Amino acid sequence: MANAAEIARKAEREDVRSRWLLSAPALIIIFLAAIGPLAIVLVYSFLSPGPYGDVVWKFSPEAWISVFLERDIFDETLSLADANLAIFWRSAKLALLTTIATMVVGFPTAYFIATRSERTRDIWLFLITIPFWTNLLIRTFAVLQIIRNEGIINTALMKLGIIDRPIQILFTDTAIMLGMVYVYLPLMVLPIYASLEKLDFRLVEAGYDLYASRFQVLRRIIIPLVRPGIIAGSILVFIPAIGSYVTPSVLGGGKNMMIANLIELQFGQGRNWPLGASLSISVMVIVMIALLLYVRNATGPDTRNG
Amino acid sequence: MAERFSIRYQPGFTTIAAICFVMLYMPIAVLVVYAFNATDSTSAWGGFSLHWFETGWNNAQVIDASIRSLKIGATAAVLATSVATMAALATTRTPPYPGLTFKYAFINQPLMVPEIVTGVALLIFFSRIKIWSGYTGLGYLIAAHTAFCIPFAYLPIRARLESMDLTLERAAADLYATPWHVFRRITLPLLWPGILAGLMLAFVISLDDVVITEFVKSGGQDTLPTYMLGQIRRGVTPEINAISTAFLLLSVGIVTLFFFISRKRD
Amino acid sequence: MPDKPVRNAIDVRGVSKIFGAGEQRVAALDSVSVSIRENEFFTLLGPSGCGKTTLLRLIAGFDYPTEGEILLYGEDIAPLPPFKRPVNTVFQSYALFPHMTVGENIGFGLEMLGKPRAEIEARVAEMLKLVKMEALRNRRTSQISGGQQQRVALARALAPQPKVLLLDEPLSALDYKLRKEMQIELKRLQHETGITFIFVTHDQEEALTMSDRIAVMSAGRILQVGTPWDIYDKPAERFVADFIGETNFLAATIDAIAGGKAQVTLGSGAKLSATFAEGFRPNGRATLVVRPEHARLMKSPADLSGIVENIVYFGTDTHIHVRLDGGEPFIVRQQNTRNASCGFETGEKVGIQIGDNAAQVLKD
Repeated sequence: MANAAEIARKAEREDVRSRWLLSAPALIIIFLAAIGPLAIVLVYSFLSPGPYGDVVWKFSPEAWISVFLERDIFDETLSLADANLAIFWRSAKLALLTTIATMVVGFPTAYFIATRSERTRDIWLFLITIPFWTNLLIRTFAVLQIIRNEGIINTALMKLGIIDRPIQILFTDTAIMLGMVYVYLPLMVLPIYASLEKLDFRLVEAGYDLYASRFQVLRRIIIPLVRPGIIAGSILVFIPAIGSYVTPSVLGGGKNMMIANLIELQFGQGRNWPLGASLSISVMVIVMIALLLYVRNATGPDTRNG
Repeated sequence: MAERFSIRYQPGFTTIAAICFVMLYMPIAVLVVYAFNATDSTSAWGGFSLHWFETGWNNAQVIDASIRSLKIGATAAVLATSVATMAALATTRTPPYPGLTFKYAFINQPLMVPEIVTGVALLIFFSRIKIWSGYTGLGYLIAAHTAFCIPFAYLPIRARLESMDLTLERAAADLYATPWHVFRRITLPLLWPGILAGLMLAFVISLDDVVITEFVKSGGQDTLPTYMLGQIRRGVTPEINAISTAFLLLSVGIVTLFFFISRKRD
Repeated sequence: MPDKPVRNAIDVRGVSKIFGAGEQRVAALDSVSVSIRENEFFTLLGPSGCGKTTLLRLIAGFDYPTEGEILLYGEDIAPLPPFKRPVNTVFQSYALFPHMTVGENIGFGLEMLGKPRAEIEARVAEMLKLVKMEALRNRRTSQISGGQQQRVALARALAPQPKVLLLDEPLSALDYKLRKEMQIELKRLQHETGITFIFVTHDQEEALTMSDRIAVMSAGRILQVGTPWDIYDKPAERFVADFIGETNFLAATIDAIAGGKAQVTLGSGAKLSATFAEGFRPNGRATLVVRPEHARLMKSPADLSGIVENIVYFGTDTHIHVRLDGGEPFIVRQQNTRNASCGFETGEKVGIQIGDNAAQVLKD
């Protein structure tokens, strides 16, 4: 009798063990080339900057202090690091605005696709996905071409006589936001579409049957049911947006930096690797908080398997 | 009163959707059109010409960067897909066991961390190793690309695996197939479309990467995107349009293939 | 029947299968024991959730018992993985390999066993002939009908000549007529090949028509094992009686046991003799089981009396639902003759006569 239970347990143990073996290579690679290095960043954030970049192995909390505060050169007093904080503020602001903008444009688009017939739906999905797989750089560059002073928008507006001189769109916060909305739009559309596709439209029918107006049906029935998709889309847009590097670099010029550009600076001219490290960890913290909020709020059925 | 009441209609949505699609494609369309522009202006059309494509083709740096991109992409894609296949087999179609959620989060981690952070982390990590080992080849880039390609290869393979009928493998075992035979004769052939999809996805993702490559590369190790980034920062040339268009065609081609494969083999 | 020593193909001894722990502990099988003889068409019968499929899976090797042993011709097969057991399964969903042709499917088991090409070819041809599917050898399995898929699944499982063939509700997806045909086919196949068949179903009619012996299961336990006649005429327990066919239950008191029969008194006062299961000593109050076709409806009061409540016509026979004087329901079954009504009307006062040995005492 004990024999049978033993056999059962042994088989189970072997199964679990072989599963660990199979997944080992993936876990190892990701640990070495993705997660492990994060720990090193944390360590570096507590070291001192070396003269030509890299670090000197001496403990220093300077990097963390410099994130928020700056020391006056002369009298060593601490005050808020305006420049840094402005960059943090810009990043958060732009990321949030981008999320909202993509939501406003993306929701109707996802709705449109979800309400097409079965056959055409695939085509529309395909059309939305293509820009997504186009290189981020190319897409940003395309936006650059359009909004620059000699670009299409300005030329058209001038030809139509609406303006005399080109509007400076490039190298402003607006430019960055336009770029990010353009780049991240598919990331908002796809999860919302996934939720909408599962929506039982008979519930909408029931709403109309019970005297709801179109707007009320949208607000009280459709949107709440699609909430998991909206939240997923928001996270998928916000996280890359706040850590965005290419778009502010290309469309913002050197002046309108976001956090990622500030970080890069530390590894280039700024020669302050520990500060770069502490800034990176700060971004991670913001992202983690956003993710936590997501997990807390996504109480509906997941769009992905858990 | 002739129109039927449609429960799906919401006012304005179709208009916004239309605007959205136009917005999505217009910049790309403009870029592609101007790649064929004979003059180097980006606002006036000077006639059709393949001039810029020629320039790009003859640009040694462009060719060099492209080849490097393809090398890294191919290697990373193959590595990532193999590893992801094993991981998918290990984490799918099983009752929950301790460590499963952890593994799943781990594998998908590259998707959840902003590229800038990973880029910085690898820059620091690899610079240490460079000092210590003296190796400055493509290995770092390949390793980095493989790592972030894994989740992209993993997801379609996992999806395919989950929709597979478990009974088929059981039937094979019932008919005296050892676990290895079951994998080779049943699981693998049926999983193959998913693996192909994962491979293509990984390849495209690797080709497209800018940020992590930018941070991890050593001097002279430009990939096509990093080369383009450098050029764009210095000023706009129509040559970039041509290169972008070529790149675009490649990506679109691969994604179209991907779509066909995942739709057909159902 | 020739008196040759018959071995047991499968011995199940004290097997339990328990899922979960503590409060969520579920016993899919509870200390089950049964012996299945070689060359037998044996059926596991029961409602869904009774454990019959679990037991089948344990025999096939897809799961391990929590307790107990399973022997194949006297040898413990519990440590063997499924690909080492000379036991093959016909799955409910057929599980045909979609990327292989019919011929390749059938030959798969032999291929895995490493048989030479020539032998595999010959055997596949033989199997195709056995299930009458020669023409479809090179078709993809997705291109053939449900009934044809079923036969391919059967051929595939028979090709490696297993010692035991397990069939997991293989006919449930077929329509009525096809199912009836396949039932006869399966019986024929079992006779021709001489392989022990273990058949799982919830359809009691199917079990009765096809089996040499039946094990009736409920809630993880085997309630009764016997030939179809035993199960039908002499159900040991209430569940078995109720699950198989239609039944009437009567309360009675045991007066005496004489000559292997029980002398009982019914509530109405009538006295009958009834059979009872082996190894059981009926005593005191008990429940009797009477099959509707073993009772006769009379115009005047007999062993029982009551009023006709409902008459249901079935084509081949008629069920007459009677409300007895004591308030209990009773169904009588009459075979129909052509163009004649059953002879009774709703609301009529009738009597019911129960023949000798038409009643069975239940283990209560």
